[in-house]
Amino acid sequence: MATEPLAEQPGLAGPAAWELEAEREHVHGLGPWRLGLRRLRRNKTAIAFGILFVLLVLACLAAPLWAKHVAHTTPDANHLSDTIKLNGKTTNVVGLDGVPIGPTYKGKFFLGADPNGRDIMVRLLYGGRNSLMIGVVAALMTTVLSVVLGVVAGYFRGWLDLAVRSLLDIMWSFPVLILGVALGVALALGGLQIGPITIGGDSLIIPIFIIGLVYVPYMARPVRGQVLALREKEFVEAARAQGAGPLRIMFSEVVPNLASTILVFFTLLIANAVLLESALSFLGAGVRPPNPSWGTMIDEGVDRIATAPHLTVVPGLMLVLTVLSLNVFGDGVRDALDPRAKVRLER
Amino acid sequence: MAEPLLKVQGLEVSFATEEGVVTAVDGVSFDLAPGEVLAVVGESGSGKSVTAMTLMGLTRSPNARFEGTAHYKGTELISASEDELRRIRGAEIAMIFQDPMTSLNPVQRIGKQIIEQIQEHEGLPDQQALERTVELLERVGIPRARERVDSYPHEFSGGMRQRVMIALALSCNPSVLIADEPTTALDVTIQAQILERMRELREETGAAVVLVTHDLGVVADIADRIAVMYAGRIVEEGTLDQIFYDPQHPYTWGLLGSITRVDKPRPARLPAIAGLPPSLANRPTGCHFRPRCPHEFSECSKVPPLEARLQGHPEHRDRCWLSVDEKRVKREVLPGEIGLASKEHQPA
Amino acid sequence: MGRFIVRRVLQMVLVMFAVSVLTFLIFNVIPNSDPAVRMAGRHTSESTIQAIRKEWGFNESLPKQYVTTMEKVVTGDLKSQFTQLPVGKEIVKGLPRTFSLAIGAALLWMFVAICFGLYSAVKAGKFADRFLTIIALIGISMPVFWIGALMNYYLGFKLGWFPNGGYVEFTKDPIGWFYHLILPWTALAILFVGFYSRVLRSNVLDTINEDYVRTARAKGLSERQIMVRHVLRNSMIPIVTLWGLDFGAVLGGGAILTETVFDLQGVGQYTAEAIGQLDVPPVLAVTMFSAFFIVLLNAVVDIMYAYLDPRIRLQ
Repeated sequence: MATEPLAEQPGLAGPAAWELEAEREHVHGLGPWRLGLRRLRRNKTAIAFGILFVLLVLACLAAPLWAKHVAHTTPDANHLSDTIKLNGKTTNVVGLDGVPIGPTYKGKFFLGADPNGRDIMVRLLYGGRNSLMIGVVAALMTTVLSVVLGVVAGYFRGWLDLAVRSLLDIMWSFPVLILGVALGVALALGGLQIGPITIGGDSLIIPIFIIGLVYVPYMARPVRGQVLALREKEFVEAARAQGAGPLRIMFSEVVPNLASTILVFFTLLIANAVLLESALSFLGAGVRPPNPSWGTMIDEGVDRIATAPHLTVVPGLMLVLTVLSLNVFGDGVRDALDPRAKVRLER
Repeated sequence: MAEPLLKVQGLEVSFATEEGVVTAVDGVSFDLAPGEVLAVVGESGSGKSVTAMTLMGLTRSPNARFEGTAHYKGTELISASEDELRRIRGAEIAMIFQDPMTSLNPVQRIGKQIIEQIQEHEGLPDQQALERTVELLERVGIPRARERVDSYPHEFSGGMRQRVMIALALSCNPSVLIADEPTTALDVTIQAQILERMRELREETGAAVVLVTHDLGVVADIADRIAVMYAGRIVEEGTLDQIFYDPQHPYTWGLLGSITRVDKPRPARLPAIAGLPPSLANRPTGCHFRPRCPHEFSECSKVPPLEARLQGHPEHRDRCWLSVDEKRVKREVLPGEIGLASKEHQPA
Repeated sequence: MGRFIVRRVLQMVLVMFAVSVLTFLIFNVIPNSDPAVRMAGRHTSESTIQAIRKEWGFNESLPKQYVTTMEKVVTGDLKSQFTQLPVGKEIVKGLPRTFSLAIGAALLWMFVAICFGLYSAVKAGKFADRFLTIIALIGISMPVFWIGALMNYYLGFKLGWFPNGGYVEFTKDPIGWFYHLILPWTALAILFVGFYSRVLRSNVLDTINEDYVRTARAKGLSERQIMVRHVLRNSMIPIVTLWGLDFGAVLGGGAILTETVFDLQGVGQYTAEAIGQLDVPPVLAVTMFSAFFIVLLNAVVDIMYAYLDPRIRLQ
C-alpha cells in the first residue's frame, strides 16, 4: 500500500502537509534520525541487502584466510603445469589447449582457474578487497571534497561561489567515464606528484584519486543548493545574531543538517565508484595488472568468454551483487531519512 | 425550503495513515437549495475542505474510507463510479481552489485550460469554445481577454489567476459551485474584489455556492446560511443572521470574537480561542470542543446531537449541552463584545 | 526568446574554452612527468621523444603550448602516436557507427523508461511497482561491458539468435544494420532504463500531488487525459534535460565500453584501443570533442527547456 502523506487533506499533499506532519512527529518526540531508523527497519528489502553488503565485505576481508587455509595458494601464484584430482581423475589446471578448468566447488579452484592457472576464488576475494577499498576511499574523498566545496560556495556566495560553481560546471561537461579515462591515461605513465608525495603510475591510489575526483560535481552541486537554503533558516540567523563566526556556523549548524544527504550520497557513491573502477580497469586505465580487481578480472575474462565463460561471469556477478546491495540499501536509507520521499515509501 | 439540490447525509471520511486511522469528517449532514450560498466555516483541520473535495470525489484514494450519502439530482456522489463523477465534475459541480498560484497548470496557456473543460463536457468546435472562453474571461473582469487567452499562468497576478479559476469553474454553467477558501491566498483588497465578482456572477448564473472558509468576515456579505465545523463535525448551523446575532455554540462565539469589527470599539488585544485544535488521530470523547471550552461541565463527556434548541427556529441547530438561557448569559460576559471569555482579554 | 538564445550561445562558447583549457591541463600539466615521454608511449626512443617535444612545443610557455595543442586538435593535424593515422579522420570515420548506437539506444531507453516509470507510478506501492523497482536497481547495478559480453556470448554466440558482434552499414543493408545493433542497443539501454524509469516514477508521483492535477480532475477529465496532458508532460520536462546530457555522455562514454564488447568499430572502440595502448593524442581529442558536444547539447537542451516551460524564459 502506498502511504498517503497526510490525513487531513490527502489531495493537498503539498509542502504545508509535510510541515504539519513534521510538527506532529516533533510533538511525538521522535527526532528525524530515530524516525528514519524506524522507517528503515520496516523496509525489509533494504535491510536484507544491507546485510548482504556487509557479508560481501567480510568475505573479501577474509581473503587471506581462504587463500592460506582453504585454497593453499596466493592470488598471483601461477599453477600452469599443476594437476588436480577431480572425482578420482587427474586433470590439468590449464588444459593443453589453454582452457583453464571451471568451478570445482572444492577448496582448491573453488571457482576454477584463469589461463595462468591462478585460483579464481582467491583472486575474486583479493580483487574484491581492491575494488571495495577503491570504492569506499574514493567515495570518502568525493564526499569530503564535495561537502567542503559545497558548504564554502553556498555559505560565502559571492566570487568564491562563482569560482567553485564554474569549476564544477566545467568538470560536469565531461562524461564521467571519459574524464576518468583521460586522467587515467595521463597518470598511468609517470604517476602523480602532490607536494612532496609522489605516487607511482601503477599504484592503487591513482584510480582512487581519479574516481574520487570525477564524482565531485555530482555531489557538490546539490550540497551547495542545500547550504544556500539552510543559511537563510532561522537557526542560522540566530547563531549569527549570537556572534558565532562563519566556521562555527558552518560546522555546528549547517553541516549537521546535511548529514542525511551526505549519508545517502555516500552509500550511492560507493556503488558508483565500484562500477567506475571496473569500467576503467576494463579499459586498462584503472587498476593495473597483475593487481586483481573485479574490473581487471572481467577484462582478462572477456577475451576467453567462448572457452571459459566463468572467467567473465564470476567477477561480474560479484560486482553486480555488491553494487546492487549498495543501491537497494542506499535507496532505503533515502526513503527513510528524506521525509519528502515518503510519497514514494513502499511497505 | 425548496427541494434541495444537494443533500448530504451522515458523511464520514477517514484515512489510514502511519499513525492509525484518522477521521477527518465525522457525520456531516446538510442540504443545499438551488441558488443558495452556504458557507462552511472552521479552522484548518476541521474537515471543511475534505468535505468539499469529497463531494467532487477528489479525496478518493486506496487509503480513504467513506460513509454516508450525498445526493445530487438523482446521483449519489459518494458511491458514484468515476465515469459518473466525471460527467458531473466541471459540468454540474465546479470547484474553485485555494491557491491560484498552483492550481493552474504552469506549462499550459490559460485559454487552453478552460477550452479543455468546455470541450470535454460539451464537445464544442475549437472556435466556439474559444469564443466562450474569451467571453468568460471578460465576465470575470480580465482586461484584453482576447489576447490574454494565450498567456501562461505565471504572467498573471494572484488575483487575476483566481479570476481565471472562477472563469474556468463557470465555463460549463454548473448548478453548484464549490469554492474552497477562494480568497485566502490573496491580498485583502483583492479579496474584496473577488468576493464582489463572485456575488455578481452568482446572481447572474443562479448557481448554488458552497463557500468553504476559515474567515467568518468573508461570508458576512455573501452567505445565506452558515455551517460551523469543528474537528470533523458541524457544531452549529443556521442562517447568516442567526449565526451572527444569536450564536449558540461557544466555538462560534470564539470565531465571531476573532473578527475585526469596525462597528465596535477595538479591544486592546484580539481575543483568540485558547489552545490548539485536537489532533485528528486522537480526539476527545464527547464534545470535541470540550478541552478548549471555558464553559465545560459534566454533560460534555457525551456527544451532543446536532439539533434545534431554540423555539421557533427549526433550521438553527447546534451541538452544545448548555441551555439556551445559560448560553445567553455566558456569551454576554464581556460588555459590548460577542466573544469568548478569555483570560487574556482586557475590555477596552 | 531571441535574447535568451544569444546569451545561452555566448555562455556556451565560454564554457567550451574552459573545457579545452582543462583538457589541456589534464594531459600536459597535472601529471608528474615529461609530457613528451608520456605522449611517446611505452616503447619508444630518445629521438622520438625529442621530435614530439619539438612538435608540441613542450619547451615553450604554457599558453603557447595550449595554442599549439588546440591548433592540432582543430585542424585535424593530430596523429596517433601508435598508428600514425590522423585522429580527426579516424573519428569522422567512426561517427556514423557511434551515432547509430547512441541514437537507437537513447530512443529505446526513453521509450521503455516512460512505460516502466509511468506504470510503476500508477501502481505505486503495489507488487508491480516493487518488482519494477528491483529490476531498475539491477539495471543500474550492471556494468554495460559485462552484460554486453554475456549477451553477445549467450544470445549471439551460443544460441545464434543474433550476430556475434560486428556492424553493417545502414546504406548497404538497413535490416542487417538493425539486426546487428539490437544487442548493443539493449545492453546500453539497460542502465539508463533503470535510471530514467526511477526518475520518471518519482517525478510522476510528485506531479500527481500538484494542485493543478487536482484542478484537472475537478474539470471532469478522464484519468488518461489527466496523465497524458497534465502529469506526463510536466514530469517529462526534467527528463528531457537529462536525456540530452546522457546522450552526450553515451557518445563520449558508454559507447567506449559497448562498442568494444560488440566490435562495432566506432569512435568508442577507437578510443578504447587508444586507451589500451596509452596513446595520448586520440584520447585527448576524444575527451575534448565529447565535452564540446555535451556543452553544445546542454545549450540546445536549455533552449528546448525554455520552449517547453515558459517560466524559464523569464529568468
